[in-house]
Amino acid sequence: MSSAASVFEVTKQYVMDGETVHALRGVTLEIPDGDYVAVMGPSGSGKSTLLNLLGCLDRPTSGRLVLGDEELSDAGDDRLAEIRASRIGFVFQSYNLIPQLTVLENIEVPLYYQGRIDRPRRQRSLEMAELVGLGDRLKHRPAQLSGGQQQRVAIARSLVNDPYFILADEPTGNLDSVTTEEILQLIGDLNEQGKTIIVVTHEPEVGQRAKRIIRLRDGSICSDSRNEYSHPSPESRPLSPRP
Amino acid sequence: MPFLWFRTWHLGVKSLLLHPLRSLLTVLGIFIGVASVVWLLAIGEGISRKAQQQIEELGATNIIIRSIKPPEESIENVGSSHSIVPYGVTRADFERLAATIPTIDRALPIREVRYRFGYLGRNIEGRLVGCTPEYADVNKLEVDRGRFLTDTDDREKWNHCALASEVAERLFPYEDPIGKAVRIERAFYLVVGVMKERTPSAGIGGSLAAQEFNDDVYIPIHTLWSRIGDIIVTRRTGSFEGEMIELSQVTLRVDKTENVLRTAALVKETLKPHHRKQDYAVVVPLELLEQARTTRLMFIVFMGLIAAISLVVGGIGIMNIMLATVTERTREIGIRRALGAKRGDIIRQFLVETIALSVMGGLTGILGGLTCRPLIAALRNLLLRAAPDVFDQLPQVIKEVTPLIVPWSVPLAFSISVTIGVIFGLYPAIRAAMMDPIEALRHE
Repeated sequence: MSSAASVFEVTKQYVMDGETVHALRGVTLEIPDGDYVAVMGPSGSGKSTLLNLLGCLDRPTSGRLVLGDEELSDAGDDRLAEIRASRIGFVFQSYNLIPQLTVLENIEVPLYYQGRIDRPRRQRSLEMAELVGLGDRLKHRPAQLSGGQQQRVAIARSLVNDPYFILADEPTGNLDSVTTEEILQLIGDLNEQGKTIIVVTHEPEVGQRAKRIIRLRDGSICSDSRNEYSHPSPESRPLSPRP
Repeated sequence: MPFLWFRTWHLGVKSLLLHPLRSLLTVLGIFIGVASVVWLLAIGEGISRKAQQQIEELGATNIIIRSIKPPEESIENVGSSHSIVPYGVTRADFERLAATIPTIDRALPIREVRYRFGYLGRNIEGRLVGCTPEYADVNKLEVDRGRFLTDTDDREKWNHCALASEVAERLFPYEDPIGKAVRIERAFYLVVGVMKERTPSAGIGGSLAAQEFNDDVYIPIHTLWSRIGDIIVTRRTGSFEGEMIELSQVTLRVDKTENVLRTAALVKETLKPHHRKQDYAVVVPLELLEQARTTRLMFIVFMGLIAAISLVVGGIGIMNIMLATVTERTREIGIRRALGAKRGDIIRQFLVETIALSVMGGLTGILGGLTCRPLIAALRNLLLRAAPDVFDQLPQVIKEVTPLIVPWSVPLAFSISVTIGVIFGLYPAIRAAMMDPIEALRHE
């Protein structure tokens, strides 16, 4: 199995208020295709930094970062942007939809930065909206949707460019327990369909749904284990548009 | 690449429409700037064109010598209250100039006197002009009926006269003046022609007074010299005052334009030794014309400067609003960057917005600028009706100016507005693009 992302001996330091902060102190990690990884750890453990590196929003101070089969440790700003547009799906805690755009337009933003939005791409956006169960709300604005619905739009947006992996940063942090369950269900279903998922969270119940749990502490991996009880969803139903 | 711009254009217009009032006010800033460029240049051009026209009317190849009354103190014989003081250009001067300067093509002697004209019981006051037949040609007078004076009239010193339109109308309200006799002083003059109405010429500088033309009566200059003479006596409260002038004006025409300035210098040199007092003035329209051109250039530069300032102010308005927009949309910028927007995409997005604003301002500003002429006419009309007294006191320039849209001011104003959009939009756009996406995403 090829790997979606791998990092070798990655370190990240930055200077804050005159003090050097070692956010990551040599992390080596390989995420194979189709994996469902939860990155956990207390705040300050470096999980956000790892997420930014994997999401190509930042470059490591040292070490190697490979996404797919491309070495990205020294990639330029524009190349990183291209990778983000074409190969990475972001899901954020606060959804991060653009308020003045409609649901469909929000889903299409990564395609927009890949080039022309042509017929097959528009078709794909519509399919993704269907997939997350929002096929009937294409013309709505984010403000007209509930939190759960907004997060579904974000998930559809993260899928639209057929990424190497979906990078979810506390995807359920702003949701109530019922919607959390729905979103986790959706993410689990996507993984079953073969999508590689990386979830960054500090909530154990979210982490428990992953197949593999990586714990970070003070910028290093302190444990990396397979999760025996992964995806304990009561009904493992096929992915279909919601009623 | 053009496609990228087009797409971004769509995006930009859309986000501008999110804040219609804000966008409108920004557009207004540029509108005022662009409209003022067109307006100020048009008004400046109107004023200077008019001045230039007036000067051109005098003839670029002409040199005009006017007799002027010297200041009182320098007149001798102050003692007697009814002394007659000779001053001004003399017939000898005229002969001398015509004979000695070879570049002078034609010399026109003119003598003007305020007089009363009578026909039957009707009396009016006007200007009696003693002149040669060329006078009509030089002053662009056209004959309405009959003829103007001829060389024979002058040579034979006949009592012939030509009337200006207003004089003819007031002395002969019901009959044809041709063939009638008009009384001037104690002599009668046969009317040989009536002139068409002519727009009065404006005065230029201090030495050349405005000319009415419409209350004139023209007679041959030799007739004037022999019938009326050089001495004019006017009665003033309690005393008589006499003036002795041989010629009121001499208009010299130079053969070529390039000789005008040299000839003018020569004319001044020729006159100088024969006049102890400064009792004449030499007006060179060509000099005035060149002065007017320089003035026009200064005017354009000055007006352009004012307009440029207002455009810069408009540009600052754009920059201000874009900086606010960038801050306000930090989060959106972060999202777009995370989802694959390059720095260039962000720069383009914000630049397109400023360009859209300034293009809108530019286009409407040009439209606003083109309304300059009717609008000024309407304003003048309104003022004339609402407050005629105030209107009367306005300077002549303001009463009469007709703005002339300078053709190049339109593309100029437009390109300046777009340039301003780019220049003042670039900084906010670059600032947006240089934001760290991670920081921007965290922005609340």
